[in-house]
Amino acid sequence: MELFWYVVVMSMLGVYIVLDGYDFGAGIIHLFFAKTEKDKKAITSAIGPFWDANEVWLVAVGGVLFFAFPTLYASAFSGFYLPLIMILWLLIFRGIGLEFRGQFHHPMWEAVWDKAFGISSLLLALFFGIALGNIVRGVNLGMVENGISTTEAHYFFLPLWNPSFSPQAVHLGIIDWFTLLLGIIGVVALAIHGANWIIFKTKTSEMNVKLKDVIFKLNFVLLALVITSLLIWHIIEPEPFHNFIEHPLLVIFPLLTFTGLFGLFKVKSFQKDGKGFLFSSLFLIGGFASTAAAIFPMVLPSTNNVNPALTIYNVAADEYGLTVGIYWFAIALLLVGLYVFIQYKIFNGKMDDVGYGEH
Amino acid sequence: MLFYDRMQFAFTITFHYLFPQLTMGLSLIVIYFKWKFLRTKTQKYDNAAIFWMKIFALNFAMGVVTGIPMEFQFGTNWAKFSELTGGIIGQTLAMEGMFSFFLESSFLGLFIFGEKLLGQKLHFLTGFLVFLGSWASGYLIIATHSWMQNPVGYEILENGKYVLNNFSALFSNPWLWPSYLHNQAASMVTSSFVVAAIGAFYLLNKKNEDFGKLFVKTGVIFGLISSILLAIPTGDLLAKNVAKYQPVTFAAMEGIFHSEEGGSEIILIGQPDVRNKKLDNKIAVPNILSFLTYGSWNKEVKGLDQFAEEDYPTNIPLLYYSYHIMVGLGTIFIGIMALAVFQLFRKKLFKTKWILWMLLFLLPFPYIANTTGWYVAELGRQPWLVYNLLRTAEGASPTVSSGNTLFTLLGFIGLYLLLGILFLLQVGKIIHKGPEPQKN
Repeated sequence: MELFWYVVVMSMLGVYIVLDGYDFGAGIIHLFFAKTEKDKKAITSAIGPFWDANEVWLVAVGGVLFFAFPTLYASAFSGFYLPLIMILWLLIFRGIGLEFRGQFHHPMWEAVWDKAFGISSLLLALFFGIALGNIVRGVNLGMVENGISTTEAHYFFLPLWNPSFSPQAVHLGIIDWFTLLLGIIGVVALAIHGANWIIFKTKTSEMNVKLKDVIFKLNFVLLALVITSLLIWHIIEPEPFHNFIEHPLLVIFPLLTFTGLFGLFKVKSFQKDGKGFLFSSLFLIGGFASTAAAIFPMVLPSTNNVNPALTIYNVAADEYGLTVGIYWFAIALLLVGLYVFIQYKIFNGKMDDVGYGEH
Repeated sequence: MLFYDRMQFAFTITFHYLFPQLTMGLSLIVIYFKWKFLRTKTQKYDNAAIFWMKIFALNFAMGVVTGIPMEFQFGTNWAKFSELTGGIIGQTLAMEGMFSFFLESSFLGLFIFGEKLLGQKLHFLTGFLVFLGSWASGYLIIATHSWMQNPVGYEILENGKYVLNNFSALFSNPWLWPSYLHNQAASMVTSSFVVAAIGAFYLLNKKNEDFGKLFVKTGVIFGLISSILLAIPTGDLLAKNVAKYQPVTFAAMEGIFHSEEGGSEIILIGQPDVRNKKLDNKIAVPNILSFLTYGSWNKEVKGLDQFAEEDYPTNIPLLYYSYHIMVGLGTIFIGIMALAVFQLFRKKLFKTKWILWMLLFLLPFPYIANTTGWYVAELGRQPWLVYNLLRTAEGASPTVSSGNTLFTLLGFIGLYLLLGILFLLQVGKIIHKGPEPQKN
């Protein structure tokens, strides 16, 4: 039962990453590569009708996590207090940038909200990457000092950084050189993903041709970063891949990741505009699933020897609740599938003429 | 530590609820206009629906962005509460995400961008689904709220965790329906008063007068019906629920310090002096409270003196004022709307300037009434998070320092101030532009 809900939460999170990922990515592209008003308009039209529906996935995954794994929800949300609240602020700020930019046509007004939208998108990509890094690295559960827990075994609190910025320090911080590396991977990967979405959803233009070149070059950076992170992971955790050795079937996830990554080197020869988006989605889902599979059944490792890691088995709600949940969840999922189908059916194709921001 | 956690939750939820209270009721008015358009084929109604949909969409977006922090704060600031009761309240909260948010957000996009693509009937249907989603959302949130007010269908394990043992009990909770209907009626009041106020503004300003008349007429009729429903039966049922399940809260909100034999008076005005257990400057009517609560003039209403002080609501004066402001405003709403509807039937409303001015200036008051109403519910439940089971102090996050909470509280205040200003600018712009003029 725990395993079922774990797969549900992770799948929903995967969907969220792919969907809001292209939103953030489009924001990063907007920040660095949108030169003309036409480029900017194309980008906001490509994500305009979708972005708030995509964020509903975050709310939904939060709700399901809360209900199925309440102890994890309590522990992680209070322990990662500051970055989570900052993510909320950035999400709000980003929404303001998107929605209020078009209200007054004045260059200063537009410049401010363009930057707000772009910078908060970039920071969100960075933060989500850092968050993944924190989960892989683990935290000091129970806030152990000199071998003694100073709080309940499953609680902790992390400041944004500690002065050493080291993932192996006694007093950890949210940002250290390992988690920062994952944050940068997040930015680069989502920039590629966002560029692919823009190519997919807008008419062929000078910007789109240029974006294919950007994707091609960023892909080299991404490959280098991924390899570096795998090497560093070895330093922090002696046997990071033991799950893949014991359960060879799981190797499918890393395979997906690298299919996505290497596939994108051919981006310039893709005939169909959606193909690039498919490959970057494979990379994101594969990368996320590989990371989760590597630490399974842990969901939050412990960096001390006193308190055990949080696993799906010691953070889950009781049997009865999880069982009733299946019934309503199955119905809800069918409905959601139907809505998504209808929505994309009606808004399929290029979005340039939707007139987003003018309503 | 607890103080800033409570302040942050209170601040963010108060700000958040300014938006859903409009959108839930307004969705009904929008589909009413759309339905009138389908029936009469008069372009005016479609333009009215689209105009209000713009205001709806803006409020909806505000509701979404300020709503995500509400869900997150259960984990960030109230970790212990989440850990202990997440298996139960997580059910209804997760259902809200899965059932209503997807419905609302998917079809809102279609309603806004899809009129030409969909055709009129399907366009109406998408509007109806948005309405359904927003009302389902309210229902599931109030189911969660009702469990905290009156816990049902649970058992407590040895480790202190609350586990669900009866899923359907969550939805047959006697607290749920009176609260839900009261809340929805209150949401209808806000939206119909806003519609009437904008209509009055257009008439007084001699701008968009056709729409001004339509909005005032629709606003006051919906307004009168919902103001009455707010008092009877929903407000009445809810107050009786409080008297039955939370008698100490009832005594505090009514300002009854001492039990009176031979029936309790109803307090209209007065300032509670908690230390000396009395009301200053009070104006009261004898025996009415006993009658309203129990249908008998002489039945005793328990005063605060009958309860242990440790179970008193934490802030009795604020609870008392919130309740009296809510009830006072609700009474005034019925009076003004009845007068407006009376003038409407005499075909004099659109020329009676002082009533139009009054409708315009009433605009903020339903928001105040809704907010104070929720303060009654939330302050009334104190000092408990889960009534009679889990105290608020036991629910906060154990590892988050007050310095960190104050930091984020200040951040929220700053950000929401900016958000509020931009929202008002934008609403002002939509109202200034007005609905599309009718084409003949």
